[in-house]
Amino acid sequence: MQTFRYTIQDEIGIHARPASMLSREAGQFSSAITMEVNGNTANAKRMMQLMRLDAHCGDQITVYVDGEDETEAVQAMLEAFSENL
Amino acid sequence: MYTIQGKGVSKGVANGPVYFYRRGGGEIVKTAVADAAAEKQRFENARSTAMEQLAALYEKAVAEVGEEGAALFEAHQMMLEDLDYIDGINDMIEGEGVNAEYAVSQVAEQFAAMLAAMDDAYMQARAADVKDISNRVIGILQGVVAGGIDSDVPVILASDDLAPSETVQLDKSKILGFVTSGGSGNSHTAILARTMGIPAIIGVGDALKDSLEGKSAIIDGETGEVVVEPDAITSERLLKKQAKERALKELLDQLKGKENVTIDGRKVMVYCNIGSPDDVDPVLANDGGGIGLFRSEFLYLQNDDYPTEEQQFKAYKDVAERMGGKRVIIRTLDIGADKQADYFQLDKEENPAMGLRAIRICLTRPEVFKTQLRALYRASAYGKIAIMFPMITSVWEVQEIKRICEAVKAELRREEIPFDENVELGIMIETPSAVMMSDRLAKEVDFFSVGTNDLTQYTLAVDRQGNNLDRFFDSHHPAVLRMLKMAADNAHKAGIWIGICGELGADVSLTETFLAIGIDELSVSPSAVLPLRSAIRSIDTSVSSQKILDELLGD
Repeated sequence: MQTFRYTIQDEIGIHARPASMLSREAGQFSSAITMEVNGNTANAKRMMQLMRLDAHCGDQITVYVDGEDETEAVQAMLEAFSENL
Repeated sequence: MYTIQGKGVSKGVANGPVYFYRRGGGEIVKTAVADAAAEKQRFENARSTAMEQLAALYEKAVAEVGEEGAALFEAHQMMLEDLDYIDGINDMIEGEGVNAEYAVSQVAEQFAAMLAAMDDAYMQARAADVKDISNRVIGILQGVVAGGIDSDVPVILASDDLAPSETVQLDKSKILGFVTSGGSGNSHTAILARTMGIPAIIGVGDALKDSLEGKSAIIDGETGEVVVEPDAITSERLLKKQAKERALKELLDQLKGKENVTIDGRKVMVYCNIGSPDDVDPVLANDGGGIGLFRSEFLYLQNDDYPTEEQQFKAYKDVAERMGGKRVIIRTLDIGADKQADYFQLDKEENPAMGLRAIRICLTRPEVFKTQLRALYRASAYGKIAIMFPMITSVWEVQEIKRICEAVKAELRREEIPFDENVELGIMIETPSAVMMSDRLAKEVDFFSVGTNDLTQYTLAVDRQGNNLDRFFDSHHPAVLRMLKMAADNAHKAGIWIGICGELGADVSLTETFLAIGIDELSVSPSAVLPLRSAIRSIDTSVSSQKILDELLGD
C-alpha cells in the first residue's frame, strides 16, 4: 500500500467537476483507492461519495492506494489532484 | 366483454391492446418485476439515452451561452455516471424485485437527502441536480421521450385529449387508433387520425379507466364503439367489417393514376394536407396531386426554441424535392389560440382564438417571420413551393407581407442564394372579413384557400374546441356555404383559383356543392384523396349545379 497527502487549493473544494475527474481517473486502476479527510473516508472511484466528503479549501486529504498497479495509480492520482483541486 | 360508447370521428376498425399515453411528471407506481435482468437493462438503456440527451443539451448550450453556462449539463452527465447511484438502483431492482422507475425515484430521494443534509450550500444545491437527472431517466423509462408510447407492438392509444405539441411528437408507427375521454370532432387528435387513415373515438368520458391498460380491444371509428375484451361473435363481426373496409380500399386503389374529373369533364385539383415531412409518404401512396396545406407548426411545436433558418430550410426542401415538382403550399406559422409553444412567451389571453395568433404574431415579430420566409424562398429552388398566409382580415396585412417578402428576396439576391422568383403567394380565407374583402384581396395574391374550421367558428360564433357545441358547429350551415360562394366568385373575377384546405373538403356529401360553388381545388387528408376522386368522377355538374345554387342562394 502507498499513501500520499494533498492539500486542497480549489476555492469551493471537492465539487461536482473535480469529484467526477478524480473518480474517472481512479476508475482506471484495479487498486483500491481510498480518500480520507476530517475523519471521513470515501471510495475514490465513486463520484458522489467524494462530494459527500465535504472537503474544502485548505483541508488535507490522505490518499491510500492498495493493489497491483498502485505505483502508476499514485502517479496518476497526484496529477489529477493538482489539475483539478 | 363490455362496450364503451363514444363518438367516432375517424372511420376504420382497429384491433389491438389499449395503451395509455405517457405524459411526463406522472405518478410513479411501484410494481413487482419478475425478470430483474431485463429491468436492469431497461434502466441501463434509459440511462444511456439520458446521457445522449445531456450531451446534446451541453453542445447546444455551449454554442448558445458558452461553456460556463453549459457546465450544468456536464455535471448532470457526471452524476449519471456515478457508480454508487447506478449500483444503488440496480441493487434495488435485483434485491426488491421492483420496477426501474420506482428504484430510480427511491435512490434519487436517498442521494438528494444526503446532499441536502450537508452544511455546504453548494452541496445542498446538488440535491436538486440528482432529482433532475433522475426525473429525466424516469421520463425516458415512462416512454415520454420515445414518442409517448413505450410498447413494442402497435397499440390503441388512450388519453384524455392530446395537445398539438404532443401529437407532433407521437411515434406514429405504433398507433392503430385513438380513444380519448374528452375532445371534439375538430380536435387535433381527430385531425391526426384522419391524416393517418386510422380510427378515432372521442368523448368516452369517465369510462376510459386506467384499468383498461393492456387489455385487448376492438374499436370502430364509424359507430364509436370501443369493445373491451370482445367475445368471439363480436370479434368476428368487427373483423369482417375491417376486411370489408380493406376490400373497399383496394377498390379505391384502382383509381390511382386516374384523373379527378367529373362526368361532364370538369377537372378538380385534389391535394393533401400534411403536418410534417413524414406525411409525404401517405400523400404519394394515395396519389395526391400536390400539397395544398403543409402546416409549418410542427417545426415550432416540437422545439424548445425558435427553429433556425437552416432547420426550416431542410424540412421545406425535403418535402419539395420528394413531391418532385408538384405544387407544395406551405402555410407560415399558425401559432397561438390552441397551438402554443412556450418559448414564444405569449401573454395569457382571455380569448386566444381572437388574440395574437398566426399572421398577427408574424407582423408583430417580423424577425421570426423573416427567418421562416428566408427558409421558404431558399427551398423554392428545389421544387414548386407556394407560400400561404393564415388569419388574414385586411388588405394592408397582405401588402405589408408582400413588402417583407420583397425585402427577403432582395437579401437573397444580394447574397447570391438561388430561389424561385415566381413563388406563388396565397392567403387563407378563414375569417368573415377576408370573405367580405375578397374582391380586393384577390387582386393582391395568386390564390385563396379556405380554412373551413376557423371560417365556421368565426362565422357562427361557435368555439371549435368546445365540448358540448358539436350540434351548433355546423360546417354545412348555409351562412358558411354562402361565404364560400362569395369568395369563389371574387377569386374568379380576378383570375385566381380558390381551394378548400379545411376538413370539410373531404366531406363527400358536399363535393357536388363545392363544384357548384366553383371551388377549383380540394386539399384533404391523404386517406381521403381516393374516396374524393371516386365522388368527383360520379358527379355531372351540368345536371346538379344550378339546382344546388338556386337552393343555396334563393330566398
